[in-house]
Amino acid sequence: MPAVRELELDLDAFEGPFDLLLSLVLREELPLREVDLAEIVIAFIENLSERGELDLDACGEFLVLISALLELKARAMFPDEDAELAELEPEEAAEELARRLAEYRRAKEAANWLRGRLDERRDLFFRTGPAPLAPKPERKLAQQDPTKLVAALRGLAIEPPTPSTAHMALRFPPVTQFLDRWRSLLRRRTRFDFDQEVAGLTRVEVAVAFLALLELRKQDEIAIAQSGPFAPIRISRADAERSLSWTAHSA
Amino acid sequence: MDSPLRLITTEVTPAAELARTIEALLVVASQPLPLEELAAAAQVDSAEVEQSLELLAEKFSEERSGIVLEHVAGGYAFRASAAATEACARLFEKPVEKGLSQAALETLAIVAYLGPVTRPEIARIRGVNVDGVIAGLAERGLIAEGGRENEFGAIRYRTTPLFERIFGLESLASLPAADDLGADVTEIRERLEAVAEKRPA
Repeated sequence: MPAVRELELDLDAFEGPFDLLLSLVLREELPLREVDLAEIVIAFIENLSERGELDLDACGEFLVLISALLELKARAMFPDEDAELAELEPEEAAEELARRLAEYRRAKEAANWLRGRLDERRDLFFRTGPAPLAPKPERKLAQQDPTKLVAALRGLAIEPPTPSTAHMALRFPPVTQFLDRWRSLLRRRTRFDFDQEVAGLTRVEVAVAFLALLELRKQDEIAIAQSGPFAPIRISRADAERSLSWTAHSA
Repeated sequence: MDSPLRLITTEVTPAAELARTIEALLVVASQPLPLEELAAAAQVDSAEVEQSLELLAEKFSEERSGIVLEHVAGGYAFRASAAATEACARLFEKPVEKGLSQAALETLAIVAYLGPVTRPEIARIRGVNVDGVIAGLAERGLIAEGGRENEFGAIRYRTTPLFERIFGLESLASLPAADDLGADVTEIRERLEAVAEKRPA
């Protein structure tokens, strides 16, 4: 089993075994701030799960190493105040210390002054409840010109154009509708009067009904007779017509 | 036949009328009203309000009234007369200033003098963590958040108008000058050195 230090890493800032990363960091050849430590943790956990067995020694070693790296990185990211002080000459350090003490002393004195002030006002009562709701500030509208309103209304007052019905086509009822109608009528009666049957229908319907008649005549199912122009059109079954003519002949 | 006389005595001069209005505004307000706000509400200019306030200060003084006018927290407000303290204390509490610790007062002082100031800055001066103290002061309403150090930086704190009111300050400028507080750096330095010399080498 490979030791923790041989853990292969493929990071943004570094590629190679963990051991090499450690020595580079310690020799300050690789800035730790650029290394994503979370990626190392993920790589280790993946490696661990691939092996399928829990190596407590390896985990322990890894924890020690990664926490040391975390600490180093944290120190690198935050300026270390103690280090700042440590860099100072003894003389400067004493000065800095005195300055800070004076600052704190001042805060303490100010606190004492506030305490005194509080004691003076201890006996004074006043209202400190929440303020009543302020009235909503009036919304100021810009100065308006009434003629503009007139113009706007005038635009609305124009009568709209009559809608065009040009798209609505004439509706013709199907010829078959009247074919069926005439045929069923002729089954019940041998003859009928066209004008009587189409009374109440529209002009278009009358025209279609007439077309149906011509169709029936063409098929030789009916006979059509009209005694003169504009006289009633008489329709009769073709066989009835024949018998009739035969009767007429015989008569 | 005293009705005409009464009419004369109830006649109100414009100045007295304004004083009445200001008085009414102050009685409704629960926090000090700045001069400008009083002027805006009464629809007069600030100079007239100032005159009224002078009249009112006379009328509402410790000597003459149970209500006392005071100039505090950047505005004007009524408070109870000190003579009524005991009665007030039987009926009311003062929860904001009750039990303020030394740590709280020191922190409050730092915020008052250096504000807006961040928690780390306060902690550096006091030498200890101040998170709890800051939270307590904010809860009492004595300090409030006042912006950030930069877009994502630490929250800065400042004192509130309530702080000025509780401590009876007209404004933060009424605090004693920082230079007048405590010993100066050289004095502390000398004392440090004296201690160092006494210490066995």
